[in-house]
Amino acid sequence: MTKNRIFWAVAAPVAAILNSLLFIYIILKIRGVDPLSMFSLMISYGFDPRNLVSELNQTIAYYLAGVAAAIGFKMLLFNIGIDGQYRMGAFFGAVVGGAVALPPVLHVLLIVITAMIAGGLWAAVAGYLKVRRGVNEVISNIMLNFIAAAVISYLLLPSMLGTLPEGSQTAQTFPIPASGQMPTIKAFDGEIYSFLFVAIFVGIAYWVMLNKTVFGFNLKATGLSFRAARASGVNAPRMIFVTTVLSGAIAGLVGIGTLLSDTHKYSMAFPAGYAFTGLALALLGRNHPVGIFFAAFLWSFLERSAPVLEFEGVPPEIVIVMQGTIVLSIVIAYEVVARINLRQQQRAVGSVSAEAQPIKESN
Amino acid sequence: MSTQSATPNKAEKAKSFFKSPARVTILIAIVFLVVSLVENITGAVDISSPGTSGATLRFAIPLLMAGLGGLWAERAGVINIGLEGMMIVGTWTAAWFGYLHGPWVGLLAAAIFGLLSGLFHAILTVKIGIDQAVSGLAINLIAAGAARYLSGIFFPAVGGDRTISPPVETLPTFTVPVLAPFFQGIDEKNIFLISNVSGLIYGLLTDLSVVTVGLLLFVPLTSWILWRSKFGLRMRFSGENPMAAESLGINVYMTRYIAISVSGMLASLGGAYLALVASSVYREGQTAGRGFIGLATVIFGNWRPGGVFAGSVLFGFTDALRVRQSDSVMAMIMAAGIVAGLLSLYYVLSRKWKPAAVSGGIALFALWMNLRVTNIPQEFITAFPNLATLIVLTFLAQRLTPPAMAGMPYRRGSE
Repeated sequence: MTKNRIFWAVAAPVAAILNSLLFIYIILKIRGVDPLSMFSLMISYGFDPRNLVSELNQTIAYYLAGVAAAIGFKMLLFNIGIDGQYRMGAFFGAVVGGAVALPPVLHVLLIVITAMIAGGLWAAVAGYLKVRRGVNEVISNIMLNFIAAAVISYLLLPSMLGTLPEGSQTAQTFPIPASGQMPTIKAFDGEIYSFLFVAIFVGIAYWVMLNKTVFGFNLKATGLSFRAARASGVNAPRMIFVTTVLSGAIAGLVGIGTLLSDTHKYSMAFPAGYAFTGLALALLGRNHPVGIFFAAFLWSFLERSAPVLEFEGVPPEIVIVMQGTIVLSIVIAYEVVARINLRQQQRAVGSVSAEAQPIKESN
Repeated sequence: MSTQSATPNKAEKAKSFFKSPARVTILIAIVFLVVSLVENITGAVDISSPGTSGATLRFAIPLLMAGLGGLWAERAGVINIGLEGMMIVGTWTAAWFGYLHGPWVGLLAAAIFGLLSGLFHAILTVKIGIDQAVSGLAINLIAAGAARYLSGIFFPAVGGDRTISPPVETLPTFTVPVLAPFFQGIDEKNIFLISNVSGLIYGLLTDLSVVTVGLLLFVPLTSWILWRSKFGLRMRFSGENPMAAESLGINVYMTRYIAISVSGMLASLGGAYLALVASSVYREGQTAGRGFIGLATVIFGNWRPGGVFAGSVLFGFTDALRVRQSDSVMAMIMAAGIVAGLLSLYYVLSRKWKPAAVSGGIALFALWMNLRVTNIPQEFITAFPNLATLIVLTFLAQRLTPPAMAGMPYRRGSE
């Protein structure tokens, strides 16, 4: 039975990816281009060492968003607020980092902790509303994402916390001095953010927290059954609040890799849309730290290699459609697998009780 | 069919946002009085100018349609986060088919494709049973991606751009005869209060699009269907308690299929309005989060068609002011502060201390803004609908009456 489960756990994501590949195959066929040559073009471009490095850097951000979403999912929380939490984290990390002068390691540490606090606090709003006011976290988080964007673009004004450098059109934060920057690792004539190690650490910590600590056990228990957890002495509302904040704190780290190793300042050029990506990756990776990594890599691979389609007259936005279909296929696959498992169980129970029937009658 | 069973009971009515029509009228009258006062003091004439009321309507309709779409789906028990995507479907199909065969065909195409996108959401959430939020978000993503992909293929060849469609013929507009000139006359006489009100009405009656009127009819229609028709009763039953509904022989699945398809159609028509009436092109990012604000109006309006309408007018009004002068926004804040101060006084007199403190705080904040802030940042006006919804949720969540099972998975024959 467990072997069967493991097979399905891997089979479902693979089936989902194949399904969406088939879908894209048909769309490209309609467009009148050869799908297979398109795919091979994307693969050869995407696996080019130079591109591989930037994909890996993007993977770091996606991975953290995925882990943040997964923490929520373990509790049946739908953290669509990752977008706002990530912005808050990156923005306040940049502001604090640009405002102080500290010894090298301490400076970076301060930025990272600030980002986690900012993200966590922003998530705490949704957590509070859910626990104390009974507000659905999906709605409150969607609203909070818009509000976060507004607050930050206001705070970025030169009259507030931001600055407008000579010859620049976009407001940004004051640059972080060298002591607050993180080194990069030179590889394949590119530079990998050393924040990668933080992401790996977060992945390991997530796994340990979930599987080896009482907190993780309580978290999973609350997710499986709020009432049962409460009955067995878990402070379930508090668990929900703490989990939301934790998820937000991880989300606060999403933009920090780019901030510390590349831009050294926050501006409106920081991309949006991490919320949905995070949720998608957690779903695709089945909330498992390793699964999420592969999902995150697949995502950044697709995005990085999409522009090559442009030269063949295929709008690269096809990749967005592909990502959407992957997500739909995966949740459908899980639903179908769950249905099959249920039916198998019912059949097993049915056959056992059918055998038991005669004995009962003979009594 | 019996109509008695479909009318809301008294207890439900009492919980409604505004308790009686009389009170709403008084409230509106007070707001108007304050607005005209403030206009006279500050000289910001934009708030109740005919241009603003016309613009408010134009900004409100897309939000209204998205909101009604959200209402239809949630009343049947399914949350539709894909409203934004369905609006994108509407903008794109309206522009493309409008360009090919004229705006009326564009409108029809938007309705049909919106219906299909709603049906898609229904199949995913009702038949297959996947998470409603995941399905909605995926629809948003796929719609945005597909619109950009198809724009890249079709539009450059016909004089558009990768992100902009070629211009589409606009739909006819009309000015209501007799009434419009009548109110215009009063507006120009500059009588305190009366001129302000008639200026507003004049703005609503001139250059009115036929589509605006048509889409506005969906408010009473939705109201009638929800509260008076057999199908509306089934729909609300499916949203409140699908199991009990099923046990009484209601086909919950079919009800939800229909309701969510209509939801998609309404949201898509809202998108079509953006492309065909509010402008005359499809532009990438045209919906600009309006689907989510539509979702917000559903909450703001306490899951009622009239409430959704009020919410979309309020949010449309802030949108309309945003594109106008910022001193009229300041004047608006002043007006809001005065109204909040009056409310606070009312609560103090009726010894309700908590609401008195809240509205008093708002009044003081507005006063502070007027004294200290010379220019209200654009960003906050943009996020106003979201902020307002969050505040409503925070303070009134206990008094809101959402459909009990909206968002919950339901499978036939299982608990």
